Amino acid sequence: MSYVSLYDRDHEIEHHDPDTFLTKYVWSQDHKVIAIQYGGIAILVGVVALVLSILMRLQLGFPNTLAIINPESYYQFVTMHGMIMVVYLLTALFLGGFGNYLIPLMCGARDMVFPFLNMLSVWVYLLSVIILIASFFVPGGATGAGWTLYPPQSLSAGTPGTDLGIILMLVSLGVFIVAATMGGLNYVTTVLQYRCKGMTLMRLPLSVWGIFTATILALLAFPALLVSAIMMILDHSIGTSFFMPAMISAGEQLSYNDGSPILFQHLFWFFGHPEVYIVALPAFGLVSDVLATHARKNIFGYRMMVWAILAIGGLSFIVWAHHMYVSGMNPYFGFFFATTTLIIAVPTALKVYNWVLTLWQGNLHLRTPMLFAIGFIFTFIHGGLTGLFLGNVTIDLPLSDTYFVVAHFHMVMGVSPILVVFASIYHWFPLMSGRMFNETLGKWHFWLTFLGAYAVYLPMHYLGFQGVPRRYFSLGNTDFLPESAHTLNASITVSAIILALAQILFFVNIFMSLRSGKKAKPNCWGATSLEWLTPDTPPKHGNWGHDLPEVHRWAYDYSVPGQEQDFTPQTVPASEVPVGRDHGVEHN
Amino acid sequence: MTITLIFLAIIMATVIFWLLKQTFNVEPWVSDEVADEVSGASLDLKPQAIALTTFMAVATSLFALFASAYSLRMEMPDWRPLNEPFILWMNSAFLVLASIGYQWSRNNVAKTDIGSKKVLNGLIVAGTFSILFLIGQLLAWKDLSDQGMFASTNPAVAFFYVFTAMHGLHLLGGLYVWARSVMKIQKNQDIRVVRTSVELCTIYWHFMLLVWMLLFGLMIAT
Repeated sequence: MSYVSLYDRDHEIEHHDPDTFLTKYVWSQDHKVIAIQYGGIAILVGVVALVLSILMRLQLGFPNTLAIINPESYYQFVTMHGMIMVVYLLTALFLGGFGNYLIPLMCGARDMVFPFLNMLSVWVYLLSVIILIASFFVPGGATGAGWTLYPPQSLSAGTPGTDLGIILMLVSLGVFIVAATMGGLNYVTTVLQYRCKGMTLMRLPLSVWGIFTATILALLAFPALLVSAIMMILDHSIGTSFFMPAMISAGEQLSYNDGSPILFQHLFWFFGHPEVYIVALPAFGLVSDVLATHARKNIFGYRMMVWAILAIGGLSFIVWAHHMYVSGMNPYFGFFFATTTLIIAVPTALKVYNWVLTLWQGNLHLRTPMLFAIGFIFTFIHGGLTGLFLGNVTIDLPLSDTYFVVAHFHMVMGVSPILVVFASIYHWFPLMSGRMFNETLGKWHFWLTFLGAYAVYLPMHYLGFQGVPRRYFSLGNTDFLPESAHTLNASITVSAIILALAQILFFVNIFMSLRSGKKAKPNCWGATSLEWLTPDTPPKHGNWGHDLPEVHRWAYDYSVPGQEQDFTPQTVPASEVPVGRDHGVEHN
Repeated sequence: MTITLIFLAIIMATVIFWLLKQTFNVEPWVSDEVADEVSGASLDLKPQAIALTTFMAVATSLFALFASAYSLRMEMPDWRPLNEPFILWMNSAFLVLASIGYQWSRNNVAKTDIGSKKVLNGLIVAGTFSILFLIGQLLAWKDLSDQGMFASTNPAVAFFYVFTAMHGLHLLGGLYVWARSVMKIQKNQDIRVVRTSVELCTIYWHFMLLVWMLLFGLMIAT
């Protein structure tokens, strides 16, 4: 293709080389810098959400001991914690962070197809974060409607932030969607058109498959959130009745007519459920590559893994109403959505089997990234199995709105993706920074995080079985709850504080390693995929020096029999491997 | 939600079928010299064309969701059908002419032996009628508000304002690219600099026309 050769010309590279501090690190169009900017902003705002969760836990474990936590602020913390974690941390980090860093490198490209649009994407994302955080400081404070923002509650008197807070939240989401769309157009086009010679789609690492499919989901699902945000802003600002029903509030008849709150729920979850997979699919991809590299074994069932990613992506659009079983839907719909929900468990379980089978008889190197990756398999199985409970209408009804649900979704789309985030950061840190991290600190970080997460979320399942409702500021003295439920809540809070403090180890490790970590050798893990094969570590602007790489094999040639080293990089042609043995397949 | 589901099912089925086609009968773990020679581009299209197609898929999802919301909201008892202002028919004709203008421009931009005049003429036709369309939409808004039909009056009216505003904003985005093309031609007098832009904008204008016809049709039929 002509544009590839054009881009490969020397003067083109020189022309694009940034030479000032501003163009290199601030207004950078380099996908790696943009990735780190995305990641940095996401982690920073994630820390805010983490602090909010500790404040919530303090109230739940030790009610009314902190004066700053009152019912209003509690609901604001719940709302902002949820929205930040799901959208502004996980979505941004996986797609904007890892997507930006890995797609061009793993595809063998110099950059994204549209670098300027890419740069615009991160700044628009920052704007969305600023608008969101600003909502804490406006009159009335941030919205306290819960992360689902269900009307009529989100717009009704009595809910915190019904003046400006909710508007800023909705505007921020709209701005975020613009940023995600800009990024998404880049990721899709780059994966489709900017791969290097020999890089067929089926030679792509699973990380790219996961991020690529999640991007398609994001592009098609985010409009649902945009539609609901626009219509809710209009209900709030100019008195339309899209979602707001006729109602009396504080003794006063409001001007709304027969708006449909259920319509909002449909739109919200039409975005909300694919959102789970927008977070999960990149995690599936990244963890596959970490596992294969540190197990020195090819990923088990590569094609099945690709097909499973595609199947999950397709099915994720027809399961949304399993979040609405208690909304009074037609039982036949309930049956339909329960069935699709259980069907989606099949490709998901297939992936889990394949991860475990990848480990089977592998040469496991239990370094920090590998520990986090294996930890993910545990938490994901755990969260996935409780999902089967909640996917069934009859079991969901009594468990709905209890701590069982909180435990389930935190295990499956909180803890699990976060473990993959850590696995991936530790795995690619040497490439990104050119420095090794401290392995001892990393292992401490893993064990405290992994065990801490279980200490927090495992007991929540029991609280759920006992009927402890979620979203309550205070449980008070209720007959149906034994004293042990309160003790358990206190224990969860203590565990949560330890878990949160353990994350300091991560930041200390990163900053110490950046300052004085051992210099990383090129391809320090002995990986096969292209990102490790750049002429420089970390890769410079343009990634590949003068010539783009050429690919001759898939990304999983680990421990191929008859070969000297236990990995064969993707750039090694068949003529350079011992005759008769290639990719573990004996030739006649 | 049926409308959305049908649209999305078509989009997802196309994407997944195409991707699956790339993966059938492939054994990526086996050395394959044919694969070694494969260029890194999956489709014989310019990257901008893929980005536009992807963007149109996003816009399709957006408008399909609005249409779904419309059909769900219609079921509530306070729904009163809207008498669409007559000017919308004239606006629709403007948009058709704008599309024809762009198509004319596109047909000429491929021929390098002609000057920029014809291409520019086509662009001016497209732009003028698009702007007339937008002014007409604003007049329709004025017409409704003069009758006391505000967004808060009735959900059908509110949807009318939302549909026209969203569609108009998308067209404004197109007009930004249109304005850049016109300025480039005037500056360079060389139509090759705008070839991709004109080709892609033509598709986008046809797409915007299709979206408008579907939205307008939905509002008239209900």
